[in-house]
Amino acid sequence: MVIHQPATEMTQAAQGAVAPPTLTVRGLRKSFGAEEVLKGIDLTIARSELVFVLGPSGSGKSTMLRCCNRLEEPDAGEITLEGDPVTGPKVDLNRLRLRMGMVFQAFNLYPHLSALSNVTLALRKVRRLPRAKAEALGLAALDRVGLKAKAGSYPAQLSGGQQQRVAIARALALEPSVMLFDEPTSALDPELVGDVLAVMQDMKAQGMTMLVVSHEMKFARDAADRVIFMDAGRIVEEGSPEQIFEAPQHERTETFLARFSGRG
Amino acid sequence: MEAFLDTFFNGAVLARYAPSILQGVWVTVLLSVLIVISGIAGGSALACLRAYRIRLLSVLIVIYADIFRALPPLVLILLVFFGLPNIGILLSSFTVLYLILTLVLAAFAEEIVWAGITAVPKGQWEASRSTGLGFTQTLIWVVLPQAVRIVIPPLTNRAIAITKMTALGMVIGVPDILGQATTAQSFSANASPLMLAAIAYVFLFLPLVIFSRWLETRFAAPGV
Repeated sequence: MVIHQPATEMTQAAQGAVAPPTLTVRGLRKSFGAEEVLKGIDLTIARSELVFVLGPSGSGKSTMLRCCNRLEEPDAGEITLEGDPVTGPKVDLNRLRLRMGMVFQAFNLYPHLSALSNVTLALRKVRRLPRAKAEALGLAALDRVGLKAKAGSYPAQLSGGQQQRVAIARALALEPSVMLFDEPTSALDPELVGDVLAVMQDMKAQGMTMLVVSHEMKFARDAADRVIFMDAGRIVEEGSPEQIFEAPQHERTETFLARFSGRG
Repeated sequence: MEAFLDTFFNGAVLARYAPSILQGVWVTVLLSVLIVISGIAGGSALACLRAYRIRLLSVLIVIYADIFRALPPLVLILLVFFGLPNIGILLSSFTVLYLILTLVLAAFAEEIVWAGITAVPKGQWEASRSTGLGFTQTLIWVVLPQAVRIVIPPLTNRAIAITKMTALGMVIGVPDILGQATTAQSFSANASPLMLAAIAYVFLFLPLVIFSRWLETRFAAPGV
């Protein structure tokens, strides 16, 4: 890896530009009715970075995540993915969403389709791959989350942890530039959380760019490059896991973390 | 006892009118098949249109569905059969019966399928859209397959109920099972043809009821 690095830098220099950040968010605002849940969010995520978002419920962290692929339509602000605009009138959103994988708290697997078909649906219908090619990619994705053997199982036949790993495979199969995790382990029994976090750790090790909204503090300490604390629609502070967990600068961060001490 | 048998199971009358009632069976079968296919297809199409939530279109669909579910089909049949000729539109009794019952079934089917579509959790739409599928693709590949499973029992029940209403064709002279049977009954002054009609209906609809049960089990998602 180290040997190849100068070559990569040279290629970038030859192109005359440094590669743009994987994800940028500028001045993101969102209201639900009279309540403003996002009051101007700025965020930049570099390639292969794992950014972990903390905050009390109602702080707007899930909404922020859902605005990134426009499942929620932002009221104001600009979002780019690898330099390409995500917000704006001429955006082909469906094409862009292929490059942004999303994992939900409730898994949201398609109950009428097998694990493999869950993973291959977008490959076939959006990327329009032939069945054989889509299934090969789907099996490879299921293999990455350790569930190749369950390819033929239906969601109801899988445990919660297995369902969430299939959901991760469904997003991974599209080879996204960034993965968005919306409380991926919150709906899981404690003993099933580990498998999902292990898969996420493995993705991190392989260089996936990840934005993770979660309450898994231990995972944040172990895997995050940067931790962001949100409250009341704003980013209160951000820093390395050590900075945030050992020496938070803001009282609100401190109070929030104190409630979690002893956990994780 | 003899009077009973003579009235309801008169051998001579049965033998004489069985062929014409059999003809009626084919008319009823043809009507039922046409009504079920076009009524469910039409209702499902309307429910899908409604999913796009285009305000004016949705309002029109709801008005149509509510009116056709509220009015007794017999009123509609009489209104169209005896009313339209006055403005120069002549439709055969078969066509009128087919049209009205199709419209009634479509109205019910629209409401049932729409209920099925809205019963599919929002997270299913979100998961699908987040992987790049468009609205229509999500409707076709993710939402409708799940909605269909939910609505099969109420939809088959309603389809059976509406196809049984083909018997209303009798009042405008459709030669279906009941039409043929009542004609035979008035010629023979005997209720045996009506008994034969009842038996024909049982043989026609009992398999349909059993088929609908099979459908329910066939479409249950594995492991649920």
